[in-house]
Amino acid sequence: MTWFRDFLLGTPAATHASDVDGLYIFITLLTIFFFFFNGALIFYAAKRWKRRSDDEVTPHITHDTRLELIWSLIPLAVVMLIFFWGFKGYVSAWVAPNDAMEIVVTGKKWLWEFEYPDGTRALNDLHVPVNKPVKLIMHAEDVIHSFYVPAFRLKRDVLPGRYTEMWFTATEPGVHQVYCTEYCGKGHSDMLARIYVDTPEEYEVFLREGDEQVRKMPLKDLGKLVYENKGCATCHSIDGTRGQGPTFKGIWGKMERGTDGKEHVVDENYIRESILVPNAVVVQGYEPIMPTFQGLLRERELLGMIEYIKSLQ
Amino acid sequence: MASENVMHANGHGAGAHADYLDSTKGLWSWLTTVDHKRIGLMYLWSVVFFMITGGLLALLIRLELLTPGPTIMDAELYNRAFTLHGAIMTFLVIIPGIPAALGNFILPLLLGAKDVAFPRLNLTSYYIYVVGALMALSTLILGGVDTGWTFYTPYSSTTGGGVSMMVLAAFVLGFSSIFTGVNFIATIHKMRAPGMGWFELPLFAWGMYATALIQILATPVLGITLLLLVMERVLSVGIFDPNLGGDPVLFQHFFWFYSHPAVYIMILPAMAIISEVIPVFSKKTIFGYKAIAFSSVAIALLGFLVWAHHMFTAGMSLFAGAIFSFITFFIAVPSAIKVFNWIATMWRGSISMKAPMIHAINFLLIFTIGGLTGLFLAALSTDVHLHDTYFVVAHFHYVMAGSNMIALLAGLHYWWPKMFGRMYNERMAAIAAALIFIGFNATFLPQFLMGSRGMPRRYYNYLEQFQELHVLSTIGSWILAFGLFMCLAVLLASLRGKKGVASNPWGGKTLEWEALSPPITHNFEDTPVLVHGPYDYRPQPVPVVVEREQGVTH
Repeated sequence: MTWFRDFLLGTPAATHASDVDGLYIFITLLTIFFFFFNGALIFYAAKRWKRRSDDEVTPHITHDTRLELIWSLIPLAVVMLIFFWGFKGYVSAWVAPNDAMEIVVTGKKWLWEFEYPDGTRALNDLHVPVNKPVKLIMHAEDVIHSFYVPAFRLKRDVLPGRYTEMWFTATEPGVHQVYCTEYCGKGHSDMLARIYVDTPEEYEVFLREGDEQVRKMPLKDLGKLVYENKGCATCHSIDGTRGQGPTFKGIWGKMERGTDGKEHVVDENYIRESILVPNAVVVQGYEPIMPTFQGLLRERELLGMIEYIKSLQ
Repeated sequence: MASENVMHANGHGAGAHADYLDSTKGLWSWLTTVDHKRIGLMYLWSVVFFMITGGLLALLIRLELLTPGPTIMDAELYNRAFTLHGAIMTFLVIIPGIPAALGNFILPLLLGAKDVAFPRLNLTSYYIYVVGALMALSTLILGGVDTGWTFYTPYSSTTGGGVSMMVLAAFVLGFSSIFTGVNFIATIHKMRAPGMGWFELPLFAWGMYATALIQILATPVLGITLLLLVMERVLSVGIFDPNLGGDPVLFQHFFWFYSHPAVYIMILPAMAIISEVIPVFSKKTIFGYKAIAFSSVAIALLGFLVWAHHMFTAGMSLFAGAIFSFITFFIAVPSAIKVFNWIATMWRGSISMKAPMIHAINFLLIFTIGGLTGLFLAALSTDVHLHDTYFVVAHFHYVMAGSNMIALLAGLHYWWPKMFGRMYNERMAAIAAALIFIGFNATFLPQFLMGSRGMPRRYYNYLEQFQELHVLSTIGSWILAFGLFMCLAVLLASLRGKKGVASNPWGGKTLEWEALSPPITHNFEDTPVLVHGPYDYRPQPVPVVVEREQGVTH
């Protein structure tokens, strides 16, 4: 039966998929059976009782209560079985376990954005560990989208102004396709994403160094991404305007006077320290309000921030 | 033949009146006619015109999908094309198709009536249809519509183009549908031939009655919903768009509250035709008359309680999902009953494989697939996987396009000699029927597989793994188009011949076969009186009066 399942549906890759597949195959066999059963009856009748002359006499059979009861009650029993089977699968995919890792999914024309618990964000590529429950908390920014992972047999609409949820435990390491399945305009069919189901080792690497997209990105671009995604922009402008913290524009190489009264040159080590231990040096005229980013940024992201600030002359 | 079914005060006065086609001449006499037969024909040609338009769009869509990425058009054009295809086929072809075209022509004849109850309302409904159709086509000039025929908000409240016009067109077309429904209900209640009780009604009339109930009760909800959508687009009243404080899922509830029952507006008339054709070509009384009649009404009523099964992934409560799934399964039962009844009618019959019967058998096979694949979508867990994939596309084409269109063809071939007094080339018509069956299955069977493997619907671009199946489907669409074209050509070719078909070429027992072919304007020279049941094929039919006294039930 495995080949039949893989032929029809593809290999399942999440815990509850096997239940869906079982029901799918059951109804498929039922459909094939009744198609050939009805077809055989029809063709048998058409051949056996083919009209040979125009004055043939046929029996006057108006109904047969027993027969009609049989072909009403048997279908009723079969469809009730299908209902409960389908309901069972739906319920098991409904409530996520308490220890599920939560990932926020945002759908917008025409891309998917993922935000991990540590604040890391990624576009269109989602990394999850194998055999760990993962819960997606989803919403849309513009119109309705729908998050569909065929290999997990899961789909959920993603709505603007409301949250929907979906959870899964991926069982097969590898890459699984994600589609948008609610029509959303011109780019609808290109609104694709991938779920990378990582082995524990691969997931370690991902946590440490980010996904492939991030690993290949030039440092300056990575720095810009960190600046936009990690909240730097809230206090530090890049156009010279004064915010809660000093602007990044032209700061590279400058001498800054700290609240300790000393002069500090803004170089690689200064920036690194300002991110990881923000209150070590606070520039005069500013409050010591910046939170530490210790543990929230990867090594390469720190380098990226440095390169990005260098570029803002 | 006449004496068998009907008692006449005088016999047929052949030649006393000209038939309805020739009774008056000129375009004006057609445009101002209140004759249900002429109105039915005007509907028929309009529906055929739009079926060709929608069909050509379908061919373009299938051609575009021959390869991933751009093939013959860009994404924006593709989105407009499938929207227009869906809107035309739903609102201008399938919904009016059987009731307004064939039903208009045949229903009064079946009942032994002179016309429908409100002939002027009937003509009005046709003109409203024309206005609605022109409004729908005018969206082409207004920049097209790219929402899909479902108009889901907030996409539809924010996108450009002629959405408001298309939505108003659907609103206007709704009135046409309501008028037809009102007319048919009144006609069936009040215009039956003397002696025709409810259980001597031909099953076609039962199907039309159930359809009319849905048209009257559900269409207003669509009208209100579409007006609300226009208000939102034009006046920025927040109803469905979350940016204005609305709720987009509310639109889906409203929309499907009409559009799910509308599915039964499409399938009940199809079933109604099959219930007429199979007994005639099996020369045997219908098996389970009451079961078929009541299952039509049951489907019509249950059809109102299942709309949210289109929304299992849309964010409904678990409880609501379970209820809607549960009720949906109950519709499977009357549908199964009907299929078994039709097969039982053939059993031990005298089966004549003429073109209408070939179409009817094609219907049985296609509806079997269409119906059973509905089980996948009624079940909650499998629906989550299949929703909005090609599986759904394949399923609803099997039911709405395949079953409905093939039943329409069965009816058209069956009543064609009555409508035009001419017989088509039966051999060619049978070949066309076979091609349509092959082409239809070649087009849509691969789509089930695509869908179960995850191919989403309304996709302009797709992953290469799906290409083989798309190619199969596109080739199928060419076979289907050829078959339909051939079918139309065979029918039209018959019109060049002289009129001269006998009034009852198939040996039918219902009243329309008592009228001349084609009928005179007032259908019957004298009001026919029903003597025996509509499917009484016994050598000596038993009068209904006697059957009633004996307590015989069908």
